[in-house]
Amino acid sequence: MTATLENPQTEMGAIPSFQVTMRVERFDPESGSGSYWQEFTLTMHGTDRVLDALHQIKWDLDGSLAFRRSCAHGVCGSDAMRINGRNRLACKTLLKDLDLDKPVVVEPIKGLPVKKDLIVDMEPFFASYREVMPFLVTTGNQPSRERLQSVEQRAVFDDTTKCILCAACTTSCPVFWSDGQYFGPAAIVNAHRFIFDSRDEGAQQRLQILNDKEGVWRCRTTFNCTEACPRGIEITKAIAEVKRAIVTRSF
Amino acid sequence: MASAPAAPPSPAPVPAPRSSRGRSTLYRGTEGMWSWVLHRITGVGLFLFLLVHVLDTAMVRVSPEVYNDVIGTYKTPIMGVMEAGLVAAVIFHAFNGIRIILVDFLAKGPRYQRVMFWVVIGLTVVLMAGFLPRHLGNVFGGGH
Repeated sequence: MTATLENPQTEMGAIPSFQVTMRVERFDPESGSGSYWQEFTLTMHGTDRVLDALHQIKWDLDGSLAFRRSCAHGVCGSDAMRINGRNRLACKTLLKDLDLDKPVVVEPIKGLPVKKDLIVDMEPFFASYREVMPFLVTTGNQPSRERLQSVEQRAVFDDTTKCILCAACTTSCPVFWSDGQYFGPAAIVNAHRFIFDSRDEGAQQRLQILNDKEGVWRCRTTFNCTEACPRGIEITKAIAEVKRAIVTRSF
Repeated sequence: MASAPAAPPSPAPVPAPRSSRGRSTLYRGTEGMWSWVLHRITGVGLFLFLLVHVLDTAMVRVSPEVYNDVIGTYKTPIMGVMEAGLVAAVIFHAFNGIRIILVDFLAKGPRYQRVMFWVVIGLTVVLMAGFLPRHLGNVFGGGH
């Protein structure tokens, strides 16, 4: 019996394990001492993600570490954080893909007020999301059958339907860091999703909202949002399409 | 109570917290972000140059002698090196401006922004390679 139990354990050793130093930015609003860095050294495996390392810290080393996560598989978009200087989802970033000779630096996403450790106040982000009317706008009576759409009509806005509202793009934008009034890439992506939907009739209204000093014209095409998006949405391209739509549809 | 939750056995001792208020790291952008940073720096630099340039050219309204005196102070090696920087800034800013226009107006622009950035850098380097030997020869070789 023991022999059969030991065997899987040596098999387990086949997964390479390594030492990882996690450098996490901590902030406790109640201590009043500002933010500070804390390092943890962990033994992790080749199959582990940054989220697993944070779990190990929270569950085994320091229960006071605060971070958001829900599905833990890249669908819900709650664990966006700055890992080694770039916005990523902790649940989609494998430790083995990072440079482990140096500490893995984990910070909260930038530009939103930090509530505790890696948790930021998402309210400004969702406020600008709500402002672009991210819902189907139609007029007249409801049709008695579904609203049909061709494959080509769907393909126009396919990319921007993938957004999971994790805020990785908006908080990677240098314009958003210095100007919190800017709508941000995520709101524009979700406006794009309806502006170019053939079934929707609110495009003019949304373009009017985004044709603003703090709208699409604040975009400086730094491409940080496109690089940061965990769903691979070509965000800067979507913003450029909204810019062009404003210009062409106003003539 | 505040320090009560002693850390359970950990593989390595956890160092004491270090205060680092506002010392968050630099965002590690890629070509897109750094081209924007360069564009801003060269843009502000060119604006300041034009401001000075308008003023020194306006001296000709005072008198040709004053104008010559002001322009004469520019004929130093330090100003010569700054002129080289000025030309580099103009070339980069001009080509990157075209890149931004293409990104905004071509449907495929955003997809090729990275390639276009390196084309901009390449063109800047090539033009500077043609300009620098002659310019620095004039500045340091005492051409005129």
